[in-house]
Amino acid sequence: MSAHATPRPGTPADETDAHTWTGRARRWLLKKLPPDKLLPEDQPSYVASWSYVFGMGAIASLLWIVISGIVLGLNGPQWYHVSSLGSFVNSTHLWSVEFFFIFMVVHLWLKFWMAAWRGGRALTWITGVLSFVVSIVAAFTGYLLQTNFDSQWIAFEAKDALNAVGVGAWFNAANVGQLFTWHITLLPLAVGAVVVLHVLLVRVHGVAPPLEAAESDAQLLHNRRESTQPPGYTQPPESTESRDAVR
Amino acid sequence: MTGWLVASVGTVGEGTYFGWDGFTIQSGNLIVIVVMIILFVLALVLPFPGGKRRK
Ligand code: HEM
Repeated sequence: MSAHATPRPGTPADETDAHTWTGRARRWLLKKLPPDKLLPEDQPSYVASWSYVFGMGAIASLLWIVISGIVLGLNGPQWYHVSSLGSFVNSTHLWSVEFFFIFMVVHLWLKFWMAAWRGGRALTWITGVLSFVVSIVAAFTGYLLQTNFDSQWIAFEAKDALNAVGVGAWFNAANVGQLFTWHITLLPLAVGAVVVLHVLLVRVHGVAPPLEAAESDAQLLHNRRESTQPPGYTQPPESTESRDAVR
Repeated sequence: MTGWLVASVGTVGEGTYFGWDGFTIQSGNLIVIVVMIILFVLALVLPFPGGKRRK
């Protein structure tokens, strides 16, 4: 049996001597994402700009995509392709996708021109790219579920493409049942997971300051003082956290 | 009866295309691109409401 004393139940484990994987995981999570970083109450003043809003616009659209999609899926195609209320909900599903992509692309442009991958935010950028790619596949399968002549055309184009890259045995774009599963379960879950990761990473790193933020900006200095660096250590202004951050 | 998933035939119009020698674009795609560019510019120039209040 191990010699060191196990903390009594209920006592918060001393964060330095966690010796189980659960303890280590908790310690790591709390270090990376303490509750006040996860759910902050205020933000630096430069965040009061429309250029920080479009990510949330994409999330809002995504929420309606999911809600309307659940209604569509539960009622089935005889409803949404036939009744007028069904067609209406189907249309709101389509239009929220249009808004989702519009907001996402404007968001992408804004983050590109402010080089928002600065200060160790590369993974945030990469999860953004991933969410873009996965969303395109999700939208594509949705397009096929229209089951009209447009869908038939792109399904057969896609079938040729999938066969050409040698995966046609597993993915058949002309099989509506298979597409339904991809479109209503696997791909939405994938988009959701990537978006959650993306937003958690934004919270971990804090919001990227604008490019022109001065080295002497009071808010950046304030953030820096909170970090664990020894006095005299200077960080680039975009980094609001210690140097061993998740990259 | 063509199947339970099939939408009513004939719902897809031909679409309107704009083109300048060698380049064509469908109206819907053009609109979306123009809207995105407008939103991008507006995000940069419009002041953010309530931004002054804080500090
Ligand atoms: C599913 C689509 C997406 C959603 C829901 C989403 C959501 C968000 C949200 C809510 C934020 C924080 C607020 C903001 O700055 O707007 C954010 C930040 C960010 N996004 Fe996205 N995003 C998406 C796609 C993308 C894409 C395609 C890229 C680029 C390839 C990207 C790159 C970034 C970066 C680099 C940040 C960090 C900005 C900072 O730290 O200030 N995102 N995203």
